[in-house]
Amino acid sequence: MLLTILRNDRGGQIMLSVLLATLIAVPLLNLLVPAGNPLHVPTYLVTLMGKYLTYALLAIAVDLVWGYLGILSLGHGAFFALGGYAMGMYLMRQIGDRGVYGNPDLPDFMVFLNWKELPWFWYGFDMFWFAMIMVILVPGVLAFLFGWLAFRSRVTGVYLSIMTQALTYALLLAFFRNEMGFGGNNGLTDFKDILGFSLQADGTRIALFIASGIAVIAGYLLCRYIINSKLGRVVVAIRDAESRTRFVGYKVENYKVWVFTVSAMLAGIAGALYVPQVGIINPGEFSPLNSIEIVIWVAIGGRATLYGAVLGAILVNYSKTVFTGLMPESWLFMLGALFVLVTLYLPQGLAGIVNQFKARRSSKQVTA
Amino acid sequence: MSDGEGARFITEQKLDTSHKAILYLEDLNVSFDGFKAINNLSLYIDKGELRCIIGPNGAGKTTMMDIITGKTKPDSGQAWFGQTIDLLKMTEPEIANAGIGRKFQKPTVFESHTVAENLELAMHGNKSVWYSLKAKLTGTQQFLIDDTLRTIGLTEHYYRPAGALSHGQKQWLEIGMLLVQEPHLMLVDEPVAGMTHQEMDRTAELLVSLAGERSVVVVEHDMEFVRSIADKVTVLHQGSVLAEGSMDEVQNDPRVIEVYLGE
Repeated sequence: MLLTILRNDRGGQIMLSVLLATLIAVPLLNLLVPAGNPLHVPTYLVTLMGKYLTYALLAIAVDLVWGYLGILSLGHGAFFALGGYAMGMYLMRQIGDRGVYGNPDLPDFMVFLNWKELPWFWYGFDMFWFAMIMVILVPGVLAFLFGWLAFRSRVTGVYLSIMTQALTYALLLAFFRNEMGFGGNNGLTDFKDILGFSLQADGTRIALFIASGIAVIAGYLLCRYIINSKLGRVVVAIRDAESRTRFVGYKVENYKVWVFTVSAMLAGIAGALYVPQVGIINPGEFSPLNSIEIVIWVAIGGRATLYGAVLGAILVNYSKTVFTGLMPESWLFMLGALFVLVTLYLPQGLAGIVNQFKARRSSKQVTA
Repeated sequence: MSDGEGARFITEQKLDTSHKAILYLEDLNVSFDGFKAINNLSLYIDKGELRCIIGPNGAGKTTMMDIITGKTKPDSGQAWFGQTIDLLKMTEPEIANAGIGRKFQKPTVFESHTVAENLELAMHGNKSVWYSLKAKLTGTQQFLIDDTLRTIGLTEHYYRPAGALSHGQKQWLEIGMLLVQEPHLMLVDEPVAGMTHQEMDRTAELLVSLAGERSVVVVEHDMEFVRSIADKVTVLHQGSVLAEGSMDEVQNDPRVIEVYLGE
């Protein structure tokens, strides 16, 4: 099964092998090698890598809709944030009476707002399984409704991109409001533990890192399976010649809604893994700029390859960590420059370098 | 496969051609920004017929095809497929699945897919999302692909991306896509543009052999080609039917001569 999914996917095989090796090596280097040894991986680095992995999953989700279906979504940050909020709500409920106000029934911010009881939409979030369903369901339902309305009206291209920006911006404004009941400006934070394990403990952080890695692998395989199926071929046909696809009898809207919804669910899972590792979720995650950044990761890594998205997300975010440490003001300029350079000189992104090299060599052989 | 066959069986049941005609267009009108592209057009195509439609540029040929296939909705008039299927109430994919296939004027194939995949995508059968996720080519379908590739002479290009084909080969591939769709009515827009004489002859042969079992409507500019295949020709002019009959009748019709040669 696994072998058939990854057949003819050299890049994916390499990427997944490296990822798997990292997932095994990093915990060992953290737990078994004593601190002070140059090979020791400090826990903060494990968590940082875990964060990159959640971004990688988010990038895979965006590549599925943009690279293969041709829908440039500039609103995937919204699905990521919604998944994050669902997880955050569970973590808030786990705090119990250990908050600043010591109220066993209400999170701190509700006590602060003088609320007397838990709003109805917080019910159930004290149960892990319920929160996990919501992590997938909420982004999924939103994507389904949005997609159903937009694709049925045949909104495409730049108009659709603008609508996705509007979607995430609207959510940003809504979540900023205290009355919404999601912590307003400050969002949800001060988490204590997950499933009874302290979020500060090394073991929990390593487990979250591994969970993120497994999510990337599973998400990758799922997307690759979809792309390899006939559904995947229809999806690429829609990208290349939408109206032709209609004339051979495919209901293009249904395909678009389906893929868009699956992608949003993956983004939601990424968000849910992101929140316990960074320890906070606030409306800033809905910022339109965030969603644009995701698209840049995918463009830099290479569209329509899936592994390129993983590569791009990790490399760009690693550079971001490095450069915001060195020169905080310069980062956005660097990101912009990187995007322009890649678009000009590497239209297929970093993943395309290998292909370009191969193509050049084979064309040389032909002329020789 | 069984699902696909089932779905097909239902549409076949629905298509009722008991009154001989397979396509009824009645009093159609379409205008774009005040320009009447189709003007009280009425046209009937019989089951199994091979009909050629000619007319100067802007006569409304492509618009007519757009109406039949659901791309353009007319301002008024009716379009029926058989006795029972109202085309004006259907979307493009519904019309395609009911059994109307179309080949475009400019060859449009799925460029990044291989030649064989193009045929797989166009093939009749269940085209729902969940079905496609698990769909595998059956032996019959594989046979149909191989057989069609032989017919259109692209067997050795099986694994080649369709975008790498020559213009004439793309035309053939699109005809192949039409064949595997197994439509009851084929609308073929300028099938021989960009083809050599030899290729034209093969196309003519193919289209003639298809008629009878299916109904074929060909829009073409090349008069010689039309003469070689047509039993009945319809001349469109300014969005309505100017003349109809055999090629000789039509060519000797003074109104047609006037339109084609100018006053």
